[in-house]
Amino acid sequence: MPEVLTLAARDGQATGPEADPSSPLALRGLTVSYGEKPALFSVDATFPAGAMSAIIGPNGAGKSTLLKASLGLIPRVSGQVTVFGQPLAAARDRIAYVPQRASVDWDFPTTVIDVVLMGRYRKLGLFGRVSRAERALATEALARVGMDAFAGRQIGQLSGGQQQRVFLARALAQEADLYLLDEPFAGVDAATERAIIDLLKELKAQGKSVIAVHHDLSTVTAYFDHVFLVNVRAMAEGPVDTTFTPSALAETYGGRLAATQLADLALTVG
Amino acid sequence: MGVEFVQFSLTPILIGVLAAVACALPGNFLILRRQALIGDAISHVVLPGIVVAFLITGTVAAIPMLLGAGAAALVAVVLIEAIRRLGGIEPGAAMGVVFTALFAGGVLLLEQSDTSGVHLDVEHALMGNLETLIWLRAEGWSSLIDPVALAGLPPELPRMGFVAGSIAVLTWVFWRPLKLSTFDEGFAQAIGLPVSAIGLGLVVTAAVAAVAAFDAVGSIIVIAMFICPPAAARLMTDSLSAQVWWSVFFAILSAIAGYVLAGYGPIWLGFSNSVSAAGMIATISGAILGLACLFGPRRARVGVSAGA
Repeated sequence: MPEVLTLAARDGQATGPEADPSSPLALRGLTVSYGEKPALFSVDATFPAGAMSAIIGPNGAGKSTLLKASLGLIPRVSGQVTVFGQPLAAARDRIAYVPQRASVDWDFPTTVIDVVLMGRYRKLGLFGRVSRAERALATEALARVGMDAFAGRQIGQLSGGQQQRVFLARALAQEADLYLLDEPFAGVDAATERAIIDLLKELKAQGKSVIAVHHDLSTVTAYFDHVFLVNVRAMAEGPVDTTFTPSALAETYGGRLAATQLADLALTVG
Repeated sequence: MGVEFVQFSLTPILIGVLAAVACALPGNFLILRRQALIGDAISHVVLPGIVVAFLITGTVAAIPMLLGAGAAALVAVVLIEAIRRLGGIEPGAAMGVVFTALFAGGVLLLEQSDTSGVHLDVEHALMGNLETLIWLRAEGWSSLIDPVALAGLPPELPRMGFVAGSIAVLTWVFWRPLKLSTFDEGFAQAIGLPVSAIGLGLVVTAAVAAVAAFDAVGSIIVIAMFICPPAAARLMTDSLSAQVWWSVFFAILSAIAGYVLAGYGPIWLGFSNSVSAAGMIATISGAILGLACLFGPRRARVGVSAGA
């Protein structure tokens, strides 16, 4: 009976079943703590390949923390992160990351095309020349988000939605298989939201995997295939149709969702 | 521009230029990271380090001075981090507390110890001794290719030259990691850059520049050069590489114009004494920043909100 004998954890590493190698992002026993209070506690998750997944939960539930810990941006207390069946360090080339727009200083002295080229820095290394092909790739990434006319613009002159598109173009320039986005629709105009979601669906159609921290519950069913509900602990995960239910939401959000909101959601889910 | 210039002005100007450039280069990144005060902090905290090194070794030779200064800078960096983390205090306040306390401690030590026989005093710490870094062995421009005369160069010149050259090379080699981790640390980390090491490397580089420049030109120039040329440069352009070039240009301009004005300005105005070169260089860099604030092509940018 090997299952019975399996330890829950050894040396802080979960020893549960091996992560599914086809999953673009699998977490086992992920625990992260700021000070003494855990921000995430023993979270297991298996995100499906070739799908659009949303990470959903109330404020302070650890949504962004989950993304950042998966990328190694913040230290984890324990747990395993597996990217396409490999440890994170071996799979960095396959991940593109779109941080929260507000996490950087847009007053930085640089241009739109320069920011997109930063998506190539891992491949370019310290001295790799920015060849014509690299520049063309960056320009094409800008064209895909409708920002090619702004290539030479200083980034501080852009609107919030345009800034978000530039960040997305930088992620496209990374030529990855997994796209991790932290609140991509926060503070953007309706046209940008439309453009971003169309692009993400296009990525999915190309077989890429998309995982986004998302907070607008009313658009979950329209935008995503898979949801992961989190509130410090993993609350539920699965296809939107079966997992994104009023009862699961009520449990995830505790008393923080008004009954009317739940009723509205029941309509969108129904 | 004859023998006298080479003997009395060439080396101080060169040392001033090299010190200014060595501080201005890392200053560009420190300013963009909102860490500009680090240079200020380091140039203050080296004083107790230098005094302690003198008390231990009894000399003002360069190596023990630099080691003492370096050790003090390290202590300060650790203290700042400790106060910031343990006290939950914002970095600017932690730096302010550490550098004033250590500088004050250095002044107390200096007053209590017997340094009358050497040129170690508060004034020297602030102003340096740029005017005394002369090249008496020189007999004209031809001395620049005369090995005997070159051996008589003030040792500060090759030392400052080495530091400034190394910092220029480091800035060039690590340009992309520095730029990316300064702009977007999260993304830099996500593509595998060691952002903590890059940040630490930048601060250590700034500390080396501050310590070497402090030895040659005093803390006033160090503080001014970390902030004024890069800040003025930021107002001239929206490109990081152009900003760095502008900052180097402003640093060189401040050093040369400041030295010349300090030496000859008062005489042109009819006074008989010259004024402190270090003070004048710092003043000129401040004036350049003032002009950039008023007339710099990108001055409207600061504080403009992007809107949503």
